[in-house]
Amino acid sequence: MLAELDSRLLSRLTLTDKVWRVNAEDLHYRELNSLLRTLDSYGAEKVELHGVYGQRYIGTNLKTNMSIDIYGTPGNDLAALMNGPHITVHGNAQDCIANTMNEGKIVVHGRAGDITGYGMRGGKVFIRDDIGARAGIHMKEYMDKKPYLVVGGTAMDFLGEYMAGGVLIVLGLTLKNGEQHKSRFVGTGMHAGVIYVRGNVTHLGKEVKITEVDKGDLLIIEGLVREFCSYFKADFDEVLSKNFMKIVPYSHRPYGRVYAY
Amino acid sequence: MNELDHKIISPFNQDKDFAGCSIFGVMSLGGKRFNSEAPVKAISNMHDRSNGLGGGFAVYGIYPDFKDYYALHIMYLSKDAKEKTDRVLASCFNIIYDEEMQTKVANVVDPPLMWRYFVEPKKRRPKNLSEDEWVIQAVMRINTETGKAFVFSSGKDMGVFKGVGYPEDIAEYFCLEDYYGYLWSCHGRFPTNTPGWWGGAHPFNILDWTVVHNGELSSYGINRRYLEMYGYKCTLQTDTEVLAYAVDLLMRRQRLPIEVVSQILAASFWSEIDGFEPKRRDVLRALRQTYGSLLMNGPFSIIVAHHGEMIGLTDRIKLRPLIAATRGEMLYLSSEEAAIRLVSPKLDKLWAPRGGEPVIGRVGEKKLAEIAAKVEAP
Amino acid sequence: MKSYLPSEFIVERDEEKCIRCKVCVNQCTYETHSYDAQDDVIRSKDENCVNCQRCVTMCPTHALSIKKNPGPFRDNANWSSEIIKDIKKQAETGGVLLTGMGADKPHLTYWERLLLNASQVTNPSIDPLREPMELRTYLGAKADALEIEFEDGDIELKTKLAPQLTLETPIMFSAMSYGAISLNVHESLARAATRSGTYFNTGEGGLDSRLYKYGENAIVQVASGRFGVHSNYLNAGAAIEIKIGQGAKPGIGGHLPGEKVTEDIARTRMIPVGTDALSPAPQHDIYSIEDLRQLIYALKEATNYTKPVSVKIAAVHNVAAIASGIVRAGADIIALDGVRGSTGAAPKVIRDNVGIPIELAIASVDQRLRDEGIRNKASIVAAGGFRSSGDIVKAIALGADAVYIATAALIALGCTVCQRCYTGKCPWGIATSDPWISKRINPEIGAERLVNLLRGWSMEIKEIMGGMGINAIESLRGNRLHLRGVNMTDTELKILGVKMAGE
Repeated sequence: MLAELDSRLLSRLTLTDKVWRVNAEDLHYRELNSLLRTLDSYGAEKVELHGVYGQRYIGTNLKTNMSIDIYGTPGNDLAALMNGPHITVHGNAQDCIANTMNEGKIVVHGRAGDITGYGMRGGKVFIRDDIGARAGIHMKEYMDKKPYLVVGGTAMDFLGEYMAGGVLIVLGLTLKNGEQHKSRFVGTGMHAGVIYVRGNVTHLGKEVKITEVDKGDLLIIEGLVREFCSYFKADFDEVLSKNFMKIVPYSHRPYGRVYAY
Repeated sequence: MNELDHKIISPFNQDKDFAGCSIFGVMSLGGKRFNSEAPVKAISNMHDRSNGLGGGFAVYGIYPDFKDYYALHIMYLSKDAKEKTDRVLASCFNIIYDEEMQTKVANVVDPPLMWRYFVEPKKRRPKNLSEDEWVIQAVMRINTETGKAFVFSSGKDMGVFKGVGYPEDIAEYFCLEDYYGYLWSCHGRFPTNTPGWWGGAHPFNILDWTVVHNGELSSYGINRRYLEMYGYKCTLQTDTEVLAYAVDLLMRRQRLPIEVVSQILAASFWSEIDGFEPKRRDVLRALRQTYGSLLMNGPFSIIVAHHGEMIGLTDRIKLRPLIAATRGEMLYLSSEEAAIRLVSPKLDKLWAPRGGEPVIGRVGEKKLAEIAAKVEAP
Repeated sequence: MKSYLPSEFIVERDEEKCIRCKVCVNQCTYETHSYDAQDDVIRSKDENCVNCQRCVTMCPTHALSIKKNPGPFRDNANWSSEIIKDIKKQAETGGVLLTGMGADKPHLTYWERLLLNASQVTNPSIDPLREPMELRTYLGAKADALEIEFEDGDIELKTKLAPQLTLETPIMFSAMSYGAISLNVHESLARAATRSGTYFNTGEGGLDSRLYKYGENAIVQVASGRFGVHSNYLNAGAAIEIKIGQGAKPGIGGHLPGEKVTEDIARTRMIPVGTDALSPAPQHDIYSIEDLRQLIYALKEATNYTKPVSVKIAAVHNVAAIASGIVRAGADIIALDGVRGSTGAAPKVIRDNVGIPIELAIASVDQRLRDEGIRNKASIVAAGGFRSSGDIVKAIALGADAVYIATAALIALGCTVCQRCYTGKCPWGIATSDPWISKRINPEIGAERLVNLLRGWSMEIKEIMGGMGINAIESLRGNRLHLRGVNMTDTELKILGVKMAGE
């Protein structure tokens, strides 16, 4: 396999104990991603990318269960259309991560930007800190194929806009004493799926309502929070000590009265 | 056709050009000047956000020896445009020193002639006209008179450098490695309608105000007509031009603070305004009633700068990205975080400002002024 | 004198469906139908029919239909049937031909030739169902600059603002006078305006005391006849409108025939029962622009400067210069009424020939005020044949702050634009003051229909704006770049300030 790569790329690659280490500094994203696909096609199991500064589309369209550790700041569209791998970002992520992601897992030790999980169809995304605007927009699910987006901090406006399935949790762990979530237009246009918020949101889209969390919800929340705590060394009991609110859409057809026939 | 005549003015007769782009700003809050390495590195990191048809920089504090004079940067697209303009300049100003701007070969397209003048307004001018107003009038006159000469920088002790090429190539062309400034704002352009022309690149400038802009103003048509009532002429065929004139009108002429100006450019929704306490509600309502034509609709993230201040702002429903960060005395604003990390891997603070809320860096204020123009309802 | 005029319409009755219920006989106010008890049949006099569709709509078995009389005259582009009939009628009567509603010829309309923009790729369109879309509009004089005190989070406005009208949607109900239309219609308009957060205009007939409770949503009109104008009236409304002219009949006055001046009308207009209510052609105290200024300030004094004063003019040739003068005279709002505006009664030749289309008027007034640097000093309201939300969006893009609708509002209530308002016999109960026929309009149902109309149009405006990538109406107002023209000459494009589609 190594013979396929040209010497320039070869010089950036080292293998130690089954871990492929890539020096990605100043490497254009096309070459970086091509390299990842080559490694992917040969069954590489663990890859580390170092010196990442804004390279886009990392993890896009990768199909196996490769695990990728990213050191630096990955560029936009991280894991777009991704189909299996497990990506860990040791730092912050930018915009549009998990765009139409199908399967796999992303763990970000930091914050993420806008439009996270647009059209996400499966897999799980865990963000330790805050997230930007329009998170979870148009997430979808079908039967038992469901996406999960767990945010440790707080979110900006249009959280869960147009949601058509999946589970979105916002934990608010970065909020200081007495601070509240400031997200506006939460769940606007939502017609399926569920949003759980630890704490309070007050500014909702007109398609959603707040309801109580029941036993079934608690099971889902606990499972995801447990996984969240395992990645980020957070305290499980502390997280579950505060109340969660559940936000669901009123109906699957929120716009019945708009049109005249 | 003279070699200096360029097919720059768009053959498509566009009123304005659209821009999908990258922006970056860096400022020393202590006012310490630094070289071009960090800004150029950062803006070129965001290479994929532009398409090589525009790039530019605004730098503050670059002419310490001439800092009392207005530094005019003028681009000439034809030879007799320079002759005509020189006559206008001579009639309005005492020209202290002028020269062709130093440039070197770089990967840029069809550069026009670039000239730099250090001037002071003539003493014999109408009493009620301040020096600043005099300069603006002269700039508007030059920009409309020949159609081939454009003043693209007109402030004191600062300058704009811009043109058709990737920002790193523009930096190369203008020898920016020789300049030192305490505030740099940078832009990489992705124009979609025209082949790009030198006057249409960002930053846009009037006096010492500069604006770099990522996005498109769907309200441009009315923003422009409103500003025309106040004597600003939009000649550079790019919607960003109105942002530069708007800040000049509101902040310099009408002396409104940035906290108020951001409420004009990115106003709160009526549904929120109605719920504020009466004093605040009346002000915000009056602002929208009076300055509604300056509401900037459409996606935008902008960096506005003038001496001593750098301001980052996004539109009220946050359709464009903007990241702010600090490290020691340095304040960074960027379309993407990776660009900041590249030049400063360690950061003290990093955050994404909310839509419509400005990030303000002021020289002398070591503690960063991150001001939310909206007060939370108790 | 024997009439040579053929019937305009022919009434067709399906005898099998007709059940002789006589609803048509009762409903028709023109005595077209009559029941012959002996033959048990209903007969119709074609020559009385005006095609108001009342009997057709009310017939329980759908037995009736009205057909246009194909006309005995040969096709002739110059001497059309209509022209031939008009001449014969004048030969028989020696009078001025009257008509109602607005101009009905196609060549006077520009809306079809203006097209709207939508945003794609370079700018996202916005979905108004899910994201905020703001239509709120304030009408009145605006400041050129504001003085604000800002200290440590506390913020205070120092500039004193002129009084404003607050509209939740940029559509208001235009002036229709009590007397030209019935009290029930006035009340429907008043209720609908109140519920929709907008305003209705009393028209020149004053405001019946029973409607004072809707005063906060009323624009009270002061016209040349000064009908019903007194201090309480002025203070009851939210704004005052000085009527100088009307789009349907620029330059001439109004005439409400004595037959329509009933007890209620007489009381409201303060004239004797049964007299003709004449509105003189000019306002007799306004012969020059400074007189207008005098009247504007008289009204402001009478209301202690708490209400905006609007001036309504017809759109005529030098409308831009007139508008500029009016703004400088102190008006807070200018209402422009275009050539296609409606009326209860006007001479047909004036309705069809005098005045200019509102599209051109808005564009030139808006541009002229900007050229003179005074656009902030008054809001522009446009009127004259707005038929859909598309027309309204285009008007705002040309420069109007808001629009007035009248014909569309009446159609919502039941009007079928038969153009016979001047007879006072409107069988729908709209353009009549006959107390018995007026009952056919139920103000509650009328209000509901009007609220529905405003709601539907407002939602459509939001959809169009969202498509353009705009979420606040102040970014559409005067933004000509969102319009393009087709089928227009260069001069027309230039006056409208709009580019050709494709540019």
